[in-house]
Amino acid sequence: MGLLSDPNRRKALTGLLTRLNTPICVVCFLAAVVWFMGLAFEPFTLRSYMSENAMGSTMVEERFSSGERALALAKEFGAHKRKAGGMPVDWLVKAMRSRGLEVFTQSFSRKLPFPDENKERYMVRGTNVYGILRAPRAPRTEALVITAPCSPGDSNNQAVALLLALAQYFRNQVYWAKDIIFLVNEHDLIGTQAWLEGYHHTNITGMEYSPLQGRAGSIQAALSLELSSDVITSLDLVLEGLNGQLPNLDLANLFYAFCQKLGVLCTIQGKLQRNDWDTAEGYTHAAQTMMLMVLKQACGRSWGDHGLFLRYHIEAASIRGINSFRHYKTDITTIGRLLEGMVRKLNNLLERLHQSYFFYLLPSLSRFVSIGYYMPAFGLLAVILLLRALDLWVHLGAPALTAVDGVTEAEQPSSPGVLTVLTPLVISHLTGVALYLLPVHLQEMAVEHFPVSETEAVVLTAIAIYTAGLALPHNTQRLLSGEGTEQGWKVLKLTALLYLAVLLGCTALINFSLGFILAITLVPITASITPHMPKALSAVVMVLLSPAFTILYCVFIYQELIEAPVSIGEGWMLFLSVISQGILDHALYGSLVYPLLALFIYPCWLMFWNILFWN
Amino acid sequence: SHYRLFPKSLGQVLSKFSVRELHISFTQGFWRTMQWGQPFIPSPPGAELWVWFHDTVSDVDGNWKELTNVLSGIFCASLNFIDLTNTVQPSASFKPLGLGNATDHRFLRYATLPREIVCTENLTPWKKLLPCGSKAGLAVLLKSEKLFHSSFHSQAVHIRPVCQDERCTSKAWELRQTLNVVFDLYTSGQGKKEWSLFKMFSRTLTEACPLASSSKVYVDITDNPEGELFELSPATPLLSQAVVLGDRRTYSVFDLSRAETFGQLRSLNLLLRWKGDSGDMLRPLLHAERYVAGFGLQTGEIHTVIYNNHPYRAFPVLLMDSVPWYLQLYIHTLTVTSKSRDNKPSYIQYQPAKDRHRPHLLEMLIQLPPHSMTEVTVQFERALLKWTEYTPDPNHGFYVGSSVVSALVPSMVAMSTNFTQDQPLFSSFVPVKEESSYFVRVYTEPLLVNLPTPDFSMPYNVICLTCTVVAVGYGSFYNLLTRTFQVDEPSPPLSKRLANLIRRMRGVPLLA
Repeated sequence: MGLLSDPNRRKALTGLLTRLNTPICVVCFLAAVVWFMGLAFEPFTLRSYMSENAMGSTMVEERFSSGERALALAKEFGAHKRKAGGMPVDWLVKAMRSRGLEVFTQSFSRKLPFPDENKERYMVRGTNVYGILRAPRAPRTEALVITAPCSPGDSNNQAVALLLALAQYFRNQVYWAKDIIFLVNEHDLIGTQAWLEGYHHTNITGMEYSPLQGRAGSIQAALSLELSSDVITSLDLVLEGLNGQLPNLDLANLFYAFCQKLGVLCTIQGKLQRNDWDTAEGYTHAAQTMMLMVLKQACGRSWGDHGLFLRYHIEAASIRGINSFRHYKTDITTIGRLLEGMVRKLNNLLERLHQSYFFYLLPSLSRFVSIGYYMPAFGLLAVILLLRALDLWVHLGAPALTAVDGVTEAEQPSSPGVLTVLTPLVISHLTGVALYLLPVHLQEMAVEHFPVSETEAVVLTAIAIYTAGLALPHNTQRLLSGEGTEQGWKVLKLTALLYLAVLLGCTALINFSLGFILAITLVPITASITPHMPKALSAVVMVLLSPAFTILYCVFIYQELIEAPVSIGEGWMLFLSVISQGILDHALYGSLVYPLLALFIYPCWLMFWNILFWN
Repeated sequence: SHYRLFPKSLGQVLSKFSVRELHISFTQGFWRTMQWGQPFIPSPPGAELWVWFHDTVSDVDGNWKELTNVLSGIFCASLNFIDLTNTVQPSASFKPLGLGNATDHRFLRYATLPREIVCTENLTPWKKLLPCGSKAGLAVLLKSEKLFHSSFHSQAVHIRPVCQDERCTSKAWELRQTLNVVFDLYTSGQGKKEWSLFKMFSRTLTEACPLASSSKVYVDITDNPEGELFELSPATPLLSQAVVLGDRRTYSVFDLSRAETFGQLRSLNLLLRWKGDSGDMLRPLLHAERYVAGFGLQTGEIHTVIYNNHPYRAFPVLLMDSVPWYLQLYIHTLTVTSKSRDNKPSYIQYQPAKDRHRPHLLEMLIQLPPHSMTEVTVQFERALLKWTEYTPDPNHGFYVGSSVVSALVPSMVAMSTNFTQDQPLFSSFVPVKEESSYFVRVYTEPLLVNLPTPDFSMPYNVICLTCTVVAVGYGSFYNLLTRTFQVDEPSPPLSKRLANLIRRMRGVPLLA
């Protein structure tokens, strides 16, 4: 700090920083990209290990053997499901009760803000059925949850049946120290949300539900099971939850350990692990897996029933059975054993899972990148914003500095008023508020006047407001404060840069992936934008790097990564559905990505747009 | 001596600490009222201790502290963890059950340890208090390897002063030792619906304790008058009727003091074989449960739900809540609702907690409307503890003891109020004046609450970070803020200084 208290050296340092500002920024950007891509390179990652002692070395033998019975149950359940035209509540209650569980039901209803066209639902009414296996000699203070969604059609019958078979087997064991809740939820996430809100007696999303009758204390961990075929080739682990929250890494380690023990093929993001990290293919594979995780985490939605548990500080993961064309098959008994082992290990827990990481990226199931390794990639991007802000600050202060030296005292440009910054700030945020509120509230009007469905109305209104926002600020700017001064845009840009840095920094702390994706698209253009650039070209580039286009690129990249590439038209349709899903996720489960983009990121981007058209 | 039957270890303790009444229970598991019905001897999970001292005691807290430490040794339990932070003095919920009518609750101390784990080391000292130990009589059945293979286990010791005879000329100590165990037919029966003494305890009865004046086994056969539900062997002609918890029950009695009870084999192995599905359990009239609502580590809400399942009678209950100080109750948020209407308690006693000194105590008398659910809610904030105050497993959470619901429940049948000396099992502790109701105490489940917990696994990182911030950040900023800056002339280069030196010697003007 002696560096800063010495005016000469301070001057030298700022001089260096302003002179070399652009090269440093470019280097930082490239370094960030390289660093991020390097994360997937195996020698740079850590091998995952079990941190929790209570779940350490396996001394138990899995004895679950009623896989055949589970398959028979699945058929029975399927038949009853068809007969009931939905969840066979009475049959499930009877089935659970006959297995010695305390059975309760919960009915819920939810009117969606607008119809969900992906899942074809608007007015949702359903019933959750759950049975509690009371642990002997335990005082109902701790519980584990196993959940299986009752999906429409024939899917997931095997999961529900396996759940029942496990319940029957578990009931006959004496070693349970925590109550085990077997939950069959209807309407996938909506049912889970209703059950969780009922269990914790909260209401954060305006769901209507009947209060729960039976509880079992604080839930320590949850596993969600999705299984649609009698045999599977691999098990996929899904970790990404609401708002990019992840369960404790030990849960993933536990799953991996049991897959290894029982010889089950396990995948993450649907990708098998490869051992050839030193080849280009091996690296690409790991990078793809990690990129998929980043994309999934960034979108902030819950990728399985487990995702909603995380809000309640319950570590949860979804296990999904995949049946592809591989020859290696695993039968349902083995999956039952795997679950038995995992639940027994979780039953041994003395404390909540807390030993291992909560912030990580997984390039494969056995390797992880911890927060300490991936944060520098974001930090390098954020530092660009700060450097540019410093540069502007120095430039803004420069005339004052020369005045002290006594060289020029003549034309001291009047410092820009507060209005020059405040006006675009307020206008762009009002646009953001409109983008947040209007699509859902104006849907009825839109449907009346245009030949579109409600869902299309919402999405198209959102896009219309987004586009209209581009026209708004730079027109009003001239009306309000007349000719924009050179100082004016610099102050505005300085404010906007710092604002963006804070926004992205906060986002990255909570959801690294979202922060990083936004940073990598927003930082280059926001750092370099000035009113003196060629207007048309810069405008095009800016629009192409705006948040909406980022979403569009993410859709294409995601489809590419899951090996289901789409044409432009299909991509556009997917993009529209992603927007509607984002708004729905916000309304139904409280996902924060839509409000973040609408209320903060988009207005911030508009401020830079304003600078481009500064006159 | 006077200690022929009464254990000397306890007798000495009673006289040394001037104890008038002592009730202690150790429970592993939770009594499932909805499946098992009303408990005969209710007790909360963990350890519970409540003691009335004689009103001659001047330093009650001191006696209490010593007493808990001594009992801790006698019962091999962690009762020494009872201190002022978890002791309360309920004003209404716990009345003396023996002789005398002193009700000054300054001489009462009540504490629970919800975390206490009960195992064989607690059973052995408990068995030793019996006159015959576990060598003869019913106590031979109490083998820990079987007793702890159950769904519920509760052992208790109750000591109170009683009249020695009908006219109450002299006083005597009554010591009741109770053991309450629930076996799970489902897991241990392997599908067969039958149980026997041998199956449950891996022992049979062969004799009564020679010191016992009465030694009997009662089997409830109320629902089985014609033998259509289950078959009991060996058959016994002795029947006994009693009104228990508001219900008239019939029991088969096996008197161990009579030789014919043991039959030819000289051993008694009771065997019950079910013929069909057992009937539905009568819904208990009073039932209570509790849970924590909300999420996050800042605030929460305790919900206590009390059910009155009586079809047409309303009755009052006394609810007692003792909450540790680290849950800071917002007592202004206390609400009591029945049938979605506000229910104003007729009596509320609230003693706020003092941080690190005493817990919250909340007692309320609430009228329960017939066939209703009453919900008592109160919000709380989770305190941030000092780092030494966390338990070794802070992420497990912190326990809040059960709340206690005491009530006089309207009875379906008339109670006999005359105290029956010969059936101590069925005589309630609480002498009930009215014939039409009986006393019930229901405990809710304890709560496990997570408090904001620092990451203890990285003190090194924390120390490093703190030191760096203090040393580099604070130090240099302080330096920058307090120092005054002056621009001083740059010193001339060496060549110029040399030149000036020569010029000064020569007497010519110096260089600038």
